[in-house]
Amino acid sequence: MAIEQATEALTPSEYIAHHLSFNVKQVGDGSFWMLNIDTFIMSVILGVLVMGFIWLVARKATAGVPSKGQAFVELVFSFIDDQVKNIFHGDRHSFIAPTALTVFLWVFAMNAMDFLPVDILAKAMHAIGFEKWRAVPTSDINTTFALALAVWILMIFFAIKVKGLGGWIHELFYSPFGSKFWVLPLNFLFNLIEYVSKPLSHSLRLFGNMYAGEVIFLLLGMWAATGISGTVFGAILGAGWSIFHILIVALQAFIFMMLTVVYLAMAHESH
Amino acid sequence: MNINFTLIAQAIAFAVLIWFTVKFVWPPLLKAIETRQKEIADGLAAAADGRNALEVAAKKSEVTLNEAKQKATEIIGQAEKRATQIVEDAKSNAKAEGDRILAGTKAEIDQEVNRAKEGLRAQVSALAVAGAEKILRKEIDAKAHSDMLSQLAAEL
Repeated sequence: MAIEQATEALTPSEYIAHHLSFNVKQVGDGSFWMLNIDTFIMSVILGVLVMGFIWLVARKATAGVPSKGQAFVELVFSFIDDQVKNIFHGDRHSFIAPTALTVFLWVFAMNAMDFLPVDILAKAMHAIGFEKWRAVPTSDINTTFALALAVWILMIFFAIKVKGLGGWIHELFYSPFGSKFWVLPLNFLFNLIEYVSKPLSHSLRLFGNMYAGEVIFLLLGMWAATGISGTVFGAILGAGWSIFHILIVALQAFIFMMLTVVYLAMAHESH
Repeated sequence: MNINFTLIAQAIAFAVLIWFTVKFVWPPLLKAIETRQKEIADGLAAAADGRNALEVAAKKSEVTLNEAKQKATEIIGQAEKRATQIVEDAKSNAKAEGDRILAGTKAEIDQEVNRAKEGLRAQVSALAVAGAEKILRKEIDAKAHSDMLSQLAAEL
């Protein structure tokens, strides 16, 4: 879906590296204190747009015959609510279900930015003064890791809230293999690995999918720059990849949401 | 692809979005949907109640109808009985009245006949006297005729 402009001056690797680099702003001393403005602004705009739309509909929600907008929002609402209901058997309405709705819609919107043609967008941003601009916040490891870490913290918070601090620590040592004293270190090691692997797999799955999708769009864009036949086939394959990508975008958002719900539900259960 | 401050910024954005959804988006939607679900459930229950009430009313009306039919039959039977009785009474009354009238008329007729007989008797006597006078004027045989006259009078 990319239209290639002005790559004569760039080698392929420079082209890709350019498209995969962030618009970084230094906010403090050291390599950590840098903000990826493009990621942050895109995600905030999308969050405000998506949740704002839902909020506008929800504010005027009626119990009578719903408007088309409300019917659509209720469709999404019921979809999320049903999923959460099947996994979590507590009071889901006070926190977990709304969190799932937020995660699903926000991640979906951020994933969907992959459909924007990379080069046209880059040119447009360049025209208003941004040298570099990456449109897909979920192909930034910072975003996915931030979400996964937030869920991880919530997970530990709920585990302690439900079982008490003592109960949680007890569970770290006494499950899953039982209470014989010689398996206690094994239990702890097992739980430690679980706690480390959860946010990693959670965040890297989404990041990997979106990053790979973006790279393939870039490769197709590069092919489109090689001549007439490259442009034609690049466009056809780009369209195909876009259509397939609709599935990936929705699926990854759904998986991310489901894992969030599953992790939070597991935190509520005692072993 | 290195971890930097964006991580913290995104986590904060995420927290704010969750807070916003928990506070402002989820409750009104949940309320609207749950209210509608309740309304639908109430409507269905009301419909079921209505159906039951209809059934009960149909049964009741059938019972009432049967009762009314039975009563009507009873009333018709009574009326028929009473009608026959009235007819019988009328018949016997008429018969008695007829007999009475007949008897009265018979008595009256007898009376009239007697009266006519008396009248006739008196007139015949007068006629006989007049006839005797005429005969006497022509041939007076007082003795012979007086015997004949007394004989005649005795015969009447």
